[in-house]
Amino acid sequence: MIIEIGHYALVLALATALIASILPVIGARRGDTALMDLAPLATITLFCLVAFSFSVLTWAYAVSDFSLLNVWENSHSLMPMVYKITGVWGNHEGSMMLWLLTLTLFSALVAIFGRNLPDTLKANVLTVQAWITVAFLLFILFTSNPFMRLDPAPAEGQDLNPVLQDFGLAIHPPLLYLGYVGFSVCFSFAVAALIEGRIDAAWARWVRPWTLAAWTFLTAGIAMGSYWAYYELGWGGWWFWDPVENASFMPWLAGTALLHSALVMEKREALKIWTVLLAIMTFSLSLLGTFLVRSGVLTSVHAFATDPSRGIFILAILSFFIGGAFVLFAWRAPQLKSGGLFAPISREGALVLNNLILTVSTATVLTGTLYPLVLETLTGEKISVGAPFFNLSFGLLMIPLLLAVPFGPLLAWKRGDLLGALQRIYVVAGMALVAGFAFFYAQNGGPVLAALGLALGFYLIFGSLTDLWYRANFGKLAFKIAFARFKGLPRSAFGSALAHMGLGVTVLGIVAVTTFETEHVLEMKPGMRAEAGGYSLVFDGLREAIGPNFTEERGHFTVSRNGAVVADVWSSKRIYTARRMPTTEAGILTFGASQLYVSLGDPMTDGGIVVRIWWKPWILFIWGGAVVMMIGGFVSLSDRRLRVGAPSRRAKPVKLAMEPAE
Amino acid sequence: MIGQKGQTPSGLPAISPTRGETGWSRRLVTWLSGLQAVAPTVAPYSLPPCGGDGRQARGGLYYVLLILAVVLTPLPALAVNPDEVLKDPVLEERARNLSGQLRCMVCQNQSIDDSNAELARDLRVLVRERIVGGDSDTQVIDYVVSRYGEFVLLKPRLSGKTIALWSMPAVLLVVGGFCVFVMSRRRTRSGVEKPLTPEEQARIDALLGK
Repeated sequence: MIIEIGHYALVLALATALIASILPVIGARRGDTALMDLAPLATITLFCLVAFSFSVLTWAYAVSDFSLLNVWENSHSLMPMVYKITGVWGNHEGSMMLWLLTLTLFSALVAIFGRNLPDTLKANVLTVQAWITVAFLLFILFTSNPFMRLDPAPAEGQDLNPVLQDFGLAIHPPLLYLGYVGFSVCFSFAVAALIEGRIDAAWARWVRPWTLAAWTFLTAGIAMGSYWAYYELGWGGWWFWDPVENASFMPWLAGTALLHSALVMEKREALKIWTVLLAIMTFSLSLLGTFLVRSGVLTSVHAFATDPSRGIFILAILSFFIGGAFVLFAWRAPQLKSGGLFAPISREGALVLNNLILTVSTATVLTGTLYPLVLETLTGEKISVGAPFFNLSFGLLMIPLLLAVPFGPLLAWKRGDLLGALQRIYVVAGMALVAGFAFFYAQNGGPVLAALGLALGFYLIFGSLTDLWYRANFGKLAFKIAFARFKGLPRSAFGSALAHMGLGVTVLGIVAVTTFETEHVLEMKPGMRAEAGGYSLVFDGLREAIGPNFTEERGHFTVSRNGAVVADVWSSKRIYTARRMPTTEAGILTFGASQLYVSLGDPMTDGGIVVRIWWKPWILFIWGGAVVMMIGGFVSLSDRRLRVGAPSRRAKPVKLAMEPAE
Repeated sequence: MIGQKGQTPSGLPAISPTRGETGWSRRLVTWLSGLQAVAPTVAPYSLPPCGGDGRQARGGLYYVLLILAVVLTPLPALAVNPDEVLKDPVLEERARNLSGQLRCMVCQNQSIDDSNAELARDLRVLVRERIVGGDSDTQVIDYVVSRYGEFVLLKPRLSGKTIALWSMPAVLLVVGGFCVFVMSRRRTRSGVEKPLTPEEQARIDALLGK
């Protein structure tokens, strides 16, 4: 019964979404406040209905109600409770429900925090959000309904894909979706601006917190996914340029560009049309990612099920929203008044360079991901585009961008002093080179490029601090005064410094692990010893073990350094009983930011077993950098200037800001 | 040996990497209907697991066949095995480098260096045989491509059909840079040189109390 109520709530949500997608926009056109006021009410109702429906599905998973087809296919009564619950979105139908839940959550947040938005803009934004909601509700109800019953109900479920039985599933998809779907708000703001035919700096100020929030969550989601793949897949890689990874990386790149161009628009009123286009493109890439992953065009651990009708449905949604937005853009954009002038050597000039390179990088990743598909469709020829291509093309594009990062904040708006910035950077670059070569020396050599790569990482870290240093004026003023100034800097200054610093930390991790990683593949018998990264590992033998829904063979290793035992590590090969599916559970030991990664291979006939041992220096910096970026995002988000609703305490300054920009 | 017609060492169905015999419209329809355009024409349940990561897992549909497949095949190994490793570290380094650029044809987007599929193992051994036999890196790649087609290369060669792929970043950078240049010049000129209209001048004069 409760299942049917949940199902019905979803149908009711569709009806509500239809109302929210038609009436408010009419109200906005006619200036009818009653109709416009319907938007926030309907949006919040919509969220409540979807949230209820989602909880019903979660409940069905929690109590292992196998009369539901979806639960039977993806759950098992013996699974630990945490995986039963995370299993809700560990399948196609459930993950679309999570998508929808996130979408309606963001709509509801806009409805709640957008009190100070002009009425028409708010009504239009919520309407566009409702259009997207309608599309996805239709998709779920017609092609991916999680509330299908089975009669008679089977006694036991088929278990969740073992790779997904991990705590990563609890964090990675929700964070990723908060990012992915968060960009829908930027999209809706852009489309609403196009519908209204006017746009100004205030628009950028309203969009920026949403962009920032979405970007921050997407950063966290991608980093989490990367770490999950690293420890779960068992061969120690952390980025594969897999089409599915690219699908999440493209909105991140475009979103990063959007974050920076919205800044220019807010401060200088320049790049208006470009920012609108970028907002549309970012969410289009999110939709494209959803299409690529969900349609089964690409097969991977993320493509839970392939069904042609779903692929065509998502393709239709994709074409409607992307096509529609671009048509609207082509029609309306010329009417938007472009404003603001800028000199090439200025902060806005630097941000334009940032946008240029980020957009080209996004296009490169997009081309590389889709090229084999398109080429095969057009000519029938099959080619592969994999990691070596992306490393080369994307890597080359990133070098000038990373070199330019510290310049941006040091240049003034309008007319920057390149020479002055160079004088400041030059100290930073010198320090970075020294640090790079010092580490290089400590590692006893390697390719010289490695030292330069490390220097690049240090350069980004020091460069981000330089901006704060000069803004507080530490060199010239007395320490006490400078420190007071430092404390008084706006939070957004700290936010951007942290984000740029995080980028540097990630670069350090990537360079260190790619150039100084060591790998040992060997056959080991109990009692044998292997050396890696200055540690020595003794293999103590294998042991059988039984988990709640798997059996495993665990290998035990004692790790010592200079003769003293420092740690021990288990590494195992599991078989999940329900699906008879093998997985490797790598043994990972953390020493500072570096890790020892031990993974078991095949048993040999003579009693030995193949063991793979990697020493991964500074690998944690890769994700640590992402965490720093994320903290930067939150710090920036807490800046008073951006805090949603903060200016509303005064008497409606917003009305003034939204004068038509004719 | 691998590549001989009708028989593959792992008992996998033979895969033709270039199965482009149908017209484009037909293929478009096939692609649109969501059929695996990327995946080879091997039924999923007959694939050996790659990397032990379950990238081939398909959910309930192939459940029974999956059980059979897993029960009948031994546990997967991970990528390079000790018995494959060449004695000479320089040659081994070259072999590893080359394996990183060759695709495991039955896996999803994995290089033969990362994959543990039988076919990947055979290719790794093949690459090492050629290297020991005195081939240069280019000769090894040419040989593998001659047998398996361009599909096996993770970094496609520059040719007529990949020119768009390779030139895309450079072309976009140049075009984008040009647009920015034109835009900044136009803005500067129109912004700076636009004189005040007589009415605006009059208003300013009035405000300044002239």
